[in-house]
Amino acid sequence: MTALPERTERKLGLVIDLDTCVGCHACVISCKGWNTENYGAPLSDMDAYGADPVGTFLNRVHSYEIEPEGGGCAQIVHFPKSCLHCEDAPCVTVCPTGASYKRAEDGIVLVNEDACIGCGLCAWACPYGAREMDQAAGVMKKCTLCVDRIYNENLEEVDRVPACVRTCPAGARHFGDLGDPDSAVSQLVAERGGFDLMPEQGTRPVNKYLPPRPRDRLDGGPAPSAPTRQPHDASGFFAWLDRALEKI
Amino acid sequence: MNQPRIDTSPRVSDEIRKTTCYMCACRCGINVHMKDGRVAYIEGNRDHPVNKGVLCAKGSAGIMQVNAPSRLRAPLRRVGPRGSGRFQEISWDEALGLAKDWLTPIRKNDPSKLAFFTGRDQSQSFTSFWAQAFGTPNYAAHGGFCSVNMAAAGIYTMGGAFWEFGQPDWDRAKLFMLFGVAEDHDSNPIKMGIGKLKARGARIIGVNPIRSGYNAVADEWLGITPGTDGLLILALVHCLMAAGRIDLDYLARYTDAPLLVDEQTGLFLRDQDGRALVIDRATGGLAAFDGRGVRPDLNAAHPGHRTVLQLMAERYLQPEYAPEAVADRCGIPAARIRAVADEIARVAFDEAIVLDRPWTDFRGERHDTMTGRPVAFHAMRGISAHSNGFQTCRALHMLQILLGSIEVPGGFRFKPPYPKPATAHPKPHCKVTPDTPLDGPHLGFVHGPEDLALKEDGSPARIDKAFTWENPMSAHGLMHMVISNAHAGDPYRIDTLFMYMANMSWNSSMNTGGVMKMLTDTDENGDYVIPRIIYSDAYASEMVAYADLILPDTTYLERHDCISLLDRPICEAGAAADAIRWPVVEPDRDVRGFQTVLIQLANLMKLPGFVHEDGRPKWRDYADYIVNHERKPGIGPLAGFRGDGREVGRGAPNPDQLKRYVDNGGFFVSHIPEGADFYKPWNMDYQDWAVGMGLYDAPQPYLFSLYVEPLRKFQRAAEGHGERQPPDHLRDRLRRVMEPLPIWYPPFEDDHADPAEYPIHALTQRPMAMYHSWGGQNAWLRQIHGRNPMYLPRGVWESHGFADGDWARLSSVHGSITVPVALHAGLNGSTIWTWNAIGKRKGAWALDEDAPEATKGFLLNHLIHELLPPKGDGMRWSNSDPITGQAAWFDLRVKIEKVPPQDEADPGFAAIASPVGRGPRNLRWKVGR
Repeated sequence: MTALPERTERKLGLVIDLDTCVGCHACVISCKGWNTENYGAPLSDMDAYGADPVGTFLNRVHSYEIEPEGGGCAQIVHFPKSCLHCEDAPCVTVCPTGASYKRAEDGIVLVNEDACIGCGLCAWACPYGAREMDQAAGVMKKCTLCVDRIYNENLEEVDRVPACVRTCPAGARHFGDLGDPDSAVSQLVAERGGFDLMPEQGTRPVNKYLPPRPRDRLDGGPAPSAPTRQPHDASGFFAWLDRALEKI
Repeated sequence: MNQPRIDTSPRVSDEIRKTTCYMCACRCGINVHMKDGRVAYIEGNRDHPVNKGVLCAKGSAGIMQVNAPSRLRAPLRRVGPRGSGRFQEISWDEALGLAKDWLTPIRKNDPSKLAFFTGRDQSQSFTSFWAQAFGTPNYAAHGGFCSVNMAAAGIYTMGGAFWEFGQPDWDRAKLFMLFGVAEDHDSNPIKMGIGKLKARGARIIGVNPIRSGYNAVADEWLGITPGTDGLLILALVHCLMAAGRIDLDYLARYTDAPLLVDEQTGLFLRDQDGRALVIDRATGGLAAFDGRGVRPDLNAAHPGHRTVLQLMAERYLQPEYAPEAVADRCGIPAARIRAVADEIARVAFDEAIVLDRPWTDFRGERHDTMTGRPVAFHAMRGISAHSNGFQTCRALHMLQILLGSIEVPGGFRFKPPYPKPATAHPKPHCKVTPDTPLDGPHLGFVHGPEDLALKEDGSPARIDKAFTWENPMSAHGLMHMVISNAHAGDPYRIDTLFMYMANMSWNSSMNTGGVMKMLTDTDENGDYVIPRIIYSDAYASEMVAYADLILPDTTYLERHDCISLLDRPICEAGAAADAIRWPVVEPDRDVRGFQTVLIQLANLMKLPGFVHEDGRPKWRDYADYIVNHERKPGIGPLAGFRGDGREVGRGAPNPDQLKRYVDNGGFFVSHIPEGADFYKPWNMDYQDWAVGMGLYDAPQPYLFSLYVEPLRKFQRAAEGHGERQPPDHLRDRLRRVMEPLPIWYPPFEDDHADPAEYPIHALTQRPMAMYHSWGGQNAWLRQIHGRNPMYLPRGVWESHGFADGDWARLSSVHGSITVPVALHAGLNGSTIWTWNAIGKRKGAWALDEDAPEATKGFLLNHLIHELLPPKGDGMRWSNSDPITGQAAWFDLRVKIEKVPPQDEADPGFAAIASPVGRGPRNLRWKVGR
């Protein structure tokens, strides 16, 4: 069993805006590209051109359709999901070798691949399904929050963000310190009612999600003064036009 | 804690090479990270005007494209029967020699026997230059089966359309209305724009039968019935006009709304110099529309004439356009249509924005401010790929113009070189002379029957029948008709079909199975009906198997290209921009960039324009052409770094130009000065800037055309006026559809597919993470989109008793397919859909034959014919918009029945031999370990 730090200096994480995510998978592939080339073993693809291609991804987008009870338009929510870097991370405490750990300085949950025996207990323990065993390397892979980008002095400061955040075309992904109430991400969570994923699991995830804004409000309800209800025909229009042109 | 030490500052790469993406047509700037001389990682270029650092899934997956096992390796000569996929590798000398031997006699005797169509080509100004030099009239790219309705309607109406022509003012719009966009066109800029709107709390209305992608994040979703967008738009026009919620000042100054239309002829009243006339409110008398200080009268009374606005009021205020009259057909409640009209009007007029930017208009009037109507629109194939698409796109532009929301802050803004009215574009040319170049550019804009591409006997000059009475305004040609017409010998037979980047034996054709038969059909002597086929592609696509000679192209990271202002530009509303591709890696195969191959072929054939008088080549390859070709003195493919490197737009060729582009990140930008950046068609500062850039040779202010007079000229011809007369069988249709003010008519499919028997509309969309067939070979992207069930709405799902894992047979008047189905509740109730081009032919793209794309993937194309069913008149009626010839993909109606679960989708086709073998089983991709 592996211990969690009592507290972390910072709580780095992602804020993902479900009102804005269009489900384009840009974050999925950018993550795959960066993490294939960087931290640890490459993210492999088994049967890459065959009947059942299965690759390792640290971030996936799922789409859920919600049909409101009692009718109304069905809605799709695009739901990107990766490790939430939980404060009470069950994937860490379950690890028999200490390979899974949570960093004391920033709260990032990582796997030390040299110590990972590929037993898969952590993936069983994670209620979010956020860990994937790489079938070629036999080690557990997970979101590193691009720990090799965010402090990387070989990158310009503006690029020291996770690859998924840098690439997101819609700007639906935000990165920062959720332990600092004054940080931009904390403010965003406060303004938009950011929420924890499955709080009942007691994992205290650091990543937050911003809920979709209400949809389909223009229902044509009572609006007696609405100007487009005026029943002008062509002759009425011409009379109006003459009056209106006088004012120009 | 006993944390391991990790390296948080690893070396990212040895070098970054900046070029332009080609994983779709969006053309973002990319940083290609190199390690040990190989591509290690691709990310967006933060400085690039198109994507400003972001990159989509396709772009980031480019690394799996440059290592794709489907890449062709060497020129191929067919050795088995057509369609078998059996080839022999040959040398480039042999390949070019063959092509020369085939093409030289054609050019000498009858250049029109070559049909040269270039698919998803981004070098059309070059490929058309080649075709012109060859002398064939038979050239176009893929616009005819893509979105020519959108492009042509925009150019004729306002001098530009969406996407490459213009964009919403994402920074200022408060309401954004999106019609019929299938998650691309364009890709990253729309996502970035939606992100900006959302961050500011601006609202989005999506109009689409399918609630996915952008429509899933829209604040309001109008799940419209396919083919009825025009009705919805005209109902909004009805509401806005009835309420007087239109921008009269804008209409009077910048549009043809005050022009006087002769009630007898339907043509504009003009002076002796041909200038359209208005009544000047200052004098009460007639005046040319552009006279200094003229104040055109929208409600003028002039005997025998009506203003355009008066004609519009008489038409659109009729009860047939009221929301209550259209609601059932559109599938949207009338109250919701009215609520949307109210919201549009409220934001446009009650939330208007004013910028303190003085400017001077073309009548010499100085304005202290710029007034913005912050309602922006965007649309694409969903509304245009119908047989009523041209008029629907026109209707949308009319709506924008009535609101005064084009080229104003918060509205829709043109990107240079647009605005550019139809009159500033070339007309089509088709005069064929043996051994001689064509008499001018192939494609263009017609202004009346006199501009049609007809031979002296009135028969079509072009193999695709573009610019004929069947589709007079076919500005992009009709690539989808080329194989069908060539096979039928209608209007004539050809000798060689030469194609580039167009998967015509698969997802890029209607009636895919029929096209395969046409490509392999033989005559009574056993010879192929289409005698020779040359094809260029970078990958082992389905079309490769049907060619006699394959000229293998490079991938996009191994080549030179220019994304030119002469072509399909990548400008921003506030800047002109162009870009290059350059070989960030050298090909590891015996392949050549297609444009270079065309130059080498032209040099072998000594085509005029490509060689000096003594026969010496002007350019050795495409890079040489990009730098040294001049379209006009001082104007070449690239606008940046001309002359001594400091000249912009106009300037002598600069031998260091490509190096300057590479050093600048692969692109060039020139910003429009503040004050010149709105009201572009009428803003003299913009007009002067555009002349300086070489976009025009002289200022060319113009009025927007709510009333398109060239349409009326074709209608008049159909009524019997004029010397050039349509054939009798087309008169009624021309009279009906060539209406100079936007109209709506039912899609033609509804005429022959009984809506009771075929009650369901079937559509495709392109996923955001895949582009045409290319994505299917991509090891990463195919894990996202490897399957394409037919998505059914809940009503259809339940009434047929479908459950997860079920299959269905879909039938149209043309054919049937048997496919897997899935539930998608967020649909228009009579619409079903699937992803486009996921299905693959067995043996293609170096995929295993049991790949899901090849077993359960399918194409809707089998249900759609390129011709309408025979009408008993012996004529071949194309399944296209009757104005532009755009392929009417989305007119399709089907019926559905449940069938037992299947092992494979139907129709299935025999595997084709792979010219490149199969890919590796597993990938552990990491370079520079």
